[in-house]
Amino acid sequence: MAAGFVTKAFRGLRWPRLPAALVSCSGHAYGTAAAAETAALPTLHESTDDTENLLRLSLNQPDFFRLSEIFNLKDLFNARVHLGHKKGCRHRLMEPYLFGSRLDVDIIDLEQTVEHLRLALNFTAHVAFCGGVILFVSRRRQFSHLVESMAKECGEYAHTRYWQGGLLTNAHIQYGTGVRLPDLVVFLSTLNNVFQQHVAVRDAAKMNIPTVGVVDSNCNPSLITYPVPGNDDTPAAMELYCRLFKMTINRAKDKRKQLELLRGLGSSAGPL
Amino acid sequence: MAASRAAVVGSLFWKCGSCSTGTFLICTNVNTQLLSRQICATPAMRRKNLAAAGPQKFTEEFIKKQVEEFNIGKRHLANMMDEDPQTFTQEDIDVSIRPRRKHHPGDQVFPRQTAVQWGEDGRPFHYLFYTGKQSYYSLMHDMFSKILAVEKYQDRLRSKNLFSLDTKQISLAGSRWLLKEELEESLVENISDHDFARFIQLIERLVALPYGAAEEEFVLGYRRQLEVQSSKQEIQPLQYDQKGVAYSTADGRRKMSTASVTLKDSGSGKFTINGMDQLHYFPVLQDREQLLFPLHFARMLGRFDVDSSVTGGGRSAQAGALRLAISRALLSFLPEGQVEDMRQAGLLTPDPRVKERKKPGQEGARKKFTWKKR
Repeated sequence: MAAGFVTKAFRGLRWPRLPAALVSCSGHAYGTAAAAETAALPTLHESTDDTENLLRLSLNQPDFFRLSEIFNLKDLFNARVHLGHKKGCRHRLMEPYLFGSRLDVDIIDLEQTVEHLRLALNFTAHVAFCGGVILFVSRRRQFSHLVESMAKECGEYAHTRYWQGGLLTNAHIQYGTGVRLPDLVVFLSTLNNVFQQHVAVRDAAKMNIPTVGVVDSNCNPSLITYPVPGNDDTPAAMELYCRLFKMTINRAKDKRKQLELLRGLGSSAGPL
Repeated sequence: MAASRAAVVGSLFWKCGSCSTGTFLICTNVNTQLLSRQICATPAMRRKNLAAAGPQKFTEEFIKKQVEEFNIGKRHLANMMDEDPQTFTQEDIDVSIRPRRKHHPGDQVFPRQTAVQWGEDGRPFHYLFYTGKQSYYSLMHDMFSKILAVEKYQDRLRSKNLFSLDTKQISLAGSRWLLKEELEESLVENISDHDFARFIQLIERLVALPYGAAEEEFVLGYRRQLEVQSSKQEIQPLQYDQKGVAYSTADGRRKMSTASVTLKDSGSGKFTINGMDQLHYFPVLQDREQLLFPLHFARMLGRFDVDSSVTGGGRSAQAGALRLAISRALLSFLPEGQVEDMRQAGLLTPDPRVKERKKPGQEGARKKFTWKKR
């Protein structure tokens, strides 16, 4: 419910979103404590103006990174994203996302999934475009290697191991002073090995870090900012998600480099 | 707090009059909440948590400065001792300064520590930084990638019917796995016992694969050579008497008896103890077997003339002492490989068992006085 309100808020309010985006990109969100103010930014005045202009540019169009081309409903169906768990494992809050159940197996509504996935990928792309730190979390041992390799390839971060209690909430003692916390946490499976909600969901919510999460029919979608109802058990589905996230992040980063190059060319041509 | 909030909201209401919409009210409410939130900080909270800070961390500049100061001090010391500063070694330093204060170069005092892990923009360098144990987990990740690569290769061979199990396996003989402390040192990170066990499990899994020999170099990097124990044995060189016959002498001890033995080569198997023949000195078969075992093991039974003397102890102790002395004397005559065999057979190990002392309050070493319930 909170997630629904937040998405509506983000969709409705355009300009207030910009400072929030700026704030999160520069790492000054409540996630990083006061010590992060000393963390360096591109602190020159000209570059902050440039970044502001770039961000305004990216927020002008609804699908700036053209992510609707990356996937369609048929791809999701072929990757078996619609297959949920059995009726007995169903979580009450997932009922709105389910299409129905067949022979006791819950079927996830792929039309809703497509919509949610577009939103989630768009948000991820914007965060990557601003140079935000993205952390991929999954506690499924089958796909640990896949997720870590994917994170390495797109230049972001992964945590598919045992989650020590204070990693987000006690960061200055765990890592050292002046550490920058992730700006987005992407859950490729929100449950841990004992089928309880991953601690990072609650901790990210505590530290005001937005989350994107693939929620299966036995998961709790309430604390996740951009839930994506879908299967998190099949290798085909996981490979699809990894591929999609990698593509969005690479697209966003390439776009950023492209625009900066154009700006660079523009500014060098200007005084001449 | 609630009263003040209500007062603020009330004043806003008064100002806006009729133009207050639902959303606007919510926004202002949120703002006032943020502004008037009090963060309670007790003196206990403000006190620095020294225990949680971890081991003292030194920056690169600090270490460099210490190294420079050490070098300057070294030059001053050399001048004081009228020695050449260029060739003033660590040993000279230790000799000239009294042992109370150690004067060591920087890298010995300050242990290897990790530098700052993130760049100017705050983004960490390593993709597994947020796990807390980046080097260990990246090592596990790389090992697992190697396992997957080998398994993929095996599958390719299987599909072409070229898979066979009699491939050369990685040889692990004569070496041991890295210890936990050594791994911690190489990764510059703290590892738990569970983590270390997992690491060993994974690397053994890699070794066990049929075509794992491709990663031999990587695996042997995590093995340490075991010292060959027999190299520690001191073998006396052979001595020759006037006629050119080789002989060797050795001593042995067991319980309270000491024995001294002289082995002469090209003999007939004569065995003399304290001037008597071994058959008369040791009527019991068990003792004679003990004497002959080293020669029998080395397959040199009829070759030597043995002349020995033994004092102290009882029958069995004297036999044991003689056995040890004969084995030690025999080492000079043996080829290289057989010394290790003798050691592994237990012929060269002195038996440490001695009579245990009697304790006060007890009958003997272990026997207690009669226990009465009441």
